[in-house]
Amino acid sequence: MEGEEAMKTDLENNQERTEKKNMRTFASRNFWSGFLFGIGLVAFIDETFFHQLLRWHHFYDKSTTDIGLISDGLFHAFSWFATIAGLFLLADLRRRNGYWFKRWMAGLLLGAGGFQLYDGIIQHKLMRIHQIRYVDNVVTYDIIWNIIAALILLFGIYLAIVTRDKYLTEAKANDR
Amino acid sequence: MTVNNEVHHFAGIRHESLIHDYAQLFFLLLFSMLLIMYIRAVVRSNRHYKTWPHFRIACFIIGICCALIAVVGPLANRAMTDFTAHMVSHLLLGMLAPILFCIASPMTLLLRAVSIPLARRFTKILRSRPLSFITHPIVATILNIGGLWLLYGTNLYSLMHSNSLLHLIVHLHVLIAGYVFTISIIYMDSVFHRKSFLYRAIVFIIALAGHGILSKYIYAHPPQGVPLQQAEYGSIIMYYGGDIIDAIIIFILCWQWYKSARPRIREPFEKSNRMGEQQADSV
Repeated sequence: MEGEEAMKTDLENNQERTEKKNMRTFASRNFWSGFLFGIGLVAFIDETFFHQLLRWHHFYDKSTTDIGLISDGLFHAFSWFATIAGLFLLADLRRRNGYWFKRWMAGLLLGAGGFQLYDGIIQHKLMRIHQIRYVDNVVTYDIIWNIIAALILLFGIYLAIVTRDKYLTEAKANDR
Repeated sequence: MTVNNEVHHFAGIRHESLIHDYAQLFFLLLFSMLLIMYIRAVVRSNRHYKTWPHFRIACFIIGICCALIAVVGPLANRAMTDFTAHMVSHLLLGMLAPILFCIASPMTLLLRAVSIPLARRFTKILRSRPLSFITHPIVATILNIGGLWLLYGTNLYSLMHSNSLLHLIVHLHVLIAGYVFTISIIYMDSVFHRKSFLYRAIVFIIALAGHGILSKYIYAHPPQGVPLQQAEYGSIIMYYGGDIIDAIIIFILCWQWYKSARPRIREPFEKSNRMGEQQADSV
């Protein structure tokens, strides 16, 4: 009987160890799933609202540099893939009972903010793929666009740090 | 200059209209034959194996319809003079039809329909060096997207309209390259070499980017003989149409990953379940 109990605790210990392991892998998986979906989400909003509904963004701008065309093509393709792939990764996490909302949101906000900032500063301004809106004082739009991007990014970084601390301390507690 | 080109464009078409009709007839016969062969293979396969899924048959029929609409009849005729119509027909022929053909899995069906020695010979051919070279994701991408860059980036597009044989070859290439590309990315049909999901995902993203960049390039630099307005519409159709159709490929690729990455712990349970089903079948 005692032997059985000892075995049980061994099993439980094993389970705990795998859970700890899972938490580490799931932490990064949650992050990357959110990150991919964040990039996809921002690109989707950009495409739906600014290109199609508001028609502020133009499909093509004559001052686009060659590298701008390539960057736009690569990011467009990547974000389109990332939207779908990110959601499949999320489904996989749910299936494994490993979905961690805060960690996932950290990834989402980092991806979304990072991509919007890249779009707002490098793609719009340096590569000149298109402007936010074709009006005189586009600077105002640029500033608002990039400040929102930076805020999203900062909130994402904050969440990433908080969730990272959490899983690191829990992992340490388990090690003891 | 554009006007001159257009005049040339129209004169060329009138001159070649008869041969163009023959080309349409050729496509009509080709696709009808493929459809008949597919249905015959289904009948033969059903005699020996489990019933061939109906949705695969439906996919093949719809795929044949897409390809036919693209190269025979009113849309194909308009595509000779209207770049926008040309782009719609190319989306149907080079992207949508290949995906449907891929889902219809004609290779697997063929191997099931023929006698075993013949199937072995086919397998050998499918496994041969040249075929596995062509169906390598990177080679297939170069054949597919590189072919498109050649078509729209050089004067091949205007040459194609003054030479019917070239026209035929280009359209066959678009269909075949689209099909080979699709089967090199999503493994639904019998494929004899395997690349990881990540590998195929990366190649696919680069291919999709190449497609998108080319679309915008056409917007800025219309192919020879294409009026600006048509080039702009055509470009937008290519860009967004390509996205919509490629979403199907992305979805299938991710879904296959999702199935293959299922948690291992459940596997014994599922296996025993399947065994149970098989036993139930045999009873």
